[in-house]
Amino acid sequence: MEEQIKILAIESSCDETAAAVVVNGREVKSNVISSQIELHKLYGGVVPEIASRKHIEKINQVIEEALEEAGETLDSIDAVAVTYGPGLVGALLVGVAEAKAIAYAKKKPLVGVHHIEGHISANYIEHKDLEPPFMCLVASGGHSHLVKVIDYGKYEIIGRTRDDAAGEAFDKVARAIGLGYPGGPKIDKLAREGDKKAITFPQAKVNGAPNDFSFSGLKSAVLNYLNKCKMQNVEVNKADVAASFQESVVDVLSEHAINAALEHGLDKVAIAGGVASNSALRAKMAEKCEKHHLKFYYPSPVLCTDNAAMIGAAGYYDYKKGIRDGLDLNAVPNLKIGQR
Amino acid sequence: MKLLVLDSSGMVASVAIMTEDALIGEYTMNHKKTHSQTLLPMLDEVVKMTETDLETIDAIAIAKGPGSFTGLRIGSATAKGLGMALGKPIVSVPTIDAIAYNLFESDKVICPIMDARRSNVYTGTYEWKDGTFSVIEEQCARSIAETIEAINAICRPVIFLGDAVPLHKELILANISVPVSFAPPHLLRQRAGAVGSLAMEYYKAGIVESAREHGPDYLKKSQAEREREERNAN
Repeated sequence: MEEQIKILAIESSCDETAAAVVVNGREVKSNVISSQIELHKLYGGVVPEIASRKHIEKINQVIEEALEEAGETLDSIDAVAVTYGPGLVGALLVGVAEAKAIAYAKKKPLVGVHHIEGHISANYIEHKDLEPPFMCLVASGGHSHLVKVIDYGKYEIIGRTRDDAAGEAFDKVARAIGLGYPGGPKIDKLAREGDKKAITFPQAKVNGAPNDFSFSGLKSAVLNYLNKCKMQNVEVNKADVAASFQESVVDVLSEHAINAALEHGLDKVAIAGGVASNSALRAKMAEKCEKHHLKFYYPSPVLCTDNAAMIGAAGYYDYKKGIRDGLDLNAVPNLKIGQR
Repeated sequence: MKLLVLDSSGMVASVAIMTEDALIGEYTMNHKKTHSQTLLPMLDEVVKMTETDLETIDAIAIAKGPGSFTGLRIGSATAKGLGMALGKPIVSVPTIDAIAYNLFESDKVICPIMDARRSNVYTGTYEWKDGTFSVIEEQCARSIAETIEAINAICRPVIFLGDAVPLHKELILANISVPVSFAPPHLLRQRAGAVGSLAMEYYKAGIVESAREHGPDYLKKSQAEREREERNAN
């Protein structure tokens, strides 16, 4: 029988306090998430100091629940994995300090995990057949990247956003049309009632950089459109705005992901991050992948949002590679993909 | 009775292992390096040098705040992780009380001042009465000017200590109307030994909390919360 490596994973990079137990990087025995979203809604976005305070309140409870649900203890696990970047530094530090203390007191190996590598690795959990190499589109509130997954734990950034992250654009447009925070799911829902061809917004492309994105111009175009309507006393059809904006975003995201895969000779494409749960993006990706005979992978919504199971998946492959971190592991808020 | 002690509330990082009878080992650093990188390696060093088996400690003591928000959380998360892993309770002591406890049986009024930025300090006033440590005014956040006024109003000799002393010494000397002195460098700032000594008293009195319950005492709400409350009040 294959050796069983059980990893306790901890994630606190933004506004979710999460812990999970994952076996051999693929089998999730528990995945506990304590979301602070209701709290941050009062401020229209994540407040770093409040997020950090909430993490420290919840972290032990979340870890204890994850262990209990998995039927494991701190003695029976093999290693501790923790997100050490990128993210909000104060938030990251809670998970990092907690993980280090546990690993130290229980004499377990410690593995620092890259948050985005975690998002990408979320795809391994439900797709047992998925193995590198593949192209992955990572889009969330804080990140928009095209990443070539060369091997387990080996990544190359093919494209990135030049300004706002895709999820950030969703949040800003949602706020402008009065939908509130978080914008992604709200726009997705409202867009179903709208006409995606009603308004032509610019595409989030960058001249001369076919794999990169730029969402700030698109966001401004939406805001200008809303202003113009207001000045002219024209009633805005919010559902049409949502649908047309969303269409512009998912069109470019999917086009770039597919082109990058073809260009690099890859036959598999995955998506990851919060925006990967957007229904229009999933549909568009599925359609385009089928057309180009590419295999398409995506995680369940619960594995698209920030969670610790994905950190356990990525942490397992780092662990297998022999990566071990010391008691001086620090949070690195702007950690680059593939960097240690 | 054996305590493992942590203080990362300010610029100082300090860890100790102690019993009722002795400070077995203490490691105190006052150097610009993040607590995230120093605190646990320092603890490991003390544990190794004192040949301490972590399972033999009775509780984890910590300076719970006030202090730097991030520093407090690094200490708290470390204590919570250790407490959960070792199955030990946490004894959390007010930071300012613990700084004051450095000056055992002083006959003066003891006034720690810790830098809270923009001419503000975390402070409190303490005295030793018939061999007992007692609080005249509980720890709070206020301006250095208000702090000097409050000390002048007590009309008794005072000794200042804390990391804000070098910052405000001239202002204190210019405005204080009572006999004043300042603690020497070895007693000036946070020390895990003082946190531990005070924590012994708490532990004996049964004032402990679980690792799950424990959290820092910031004394101040976050800026976003304060601004929101102000907006709502208007």
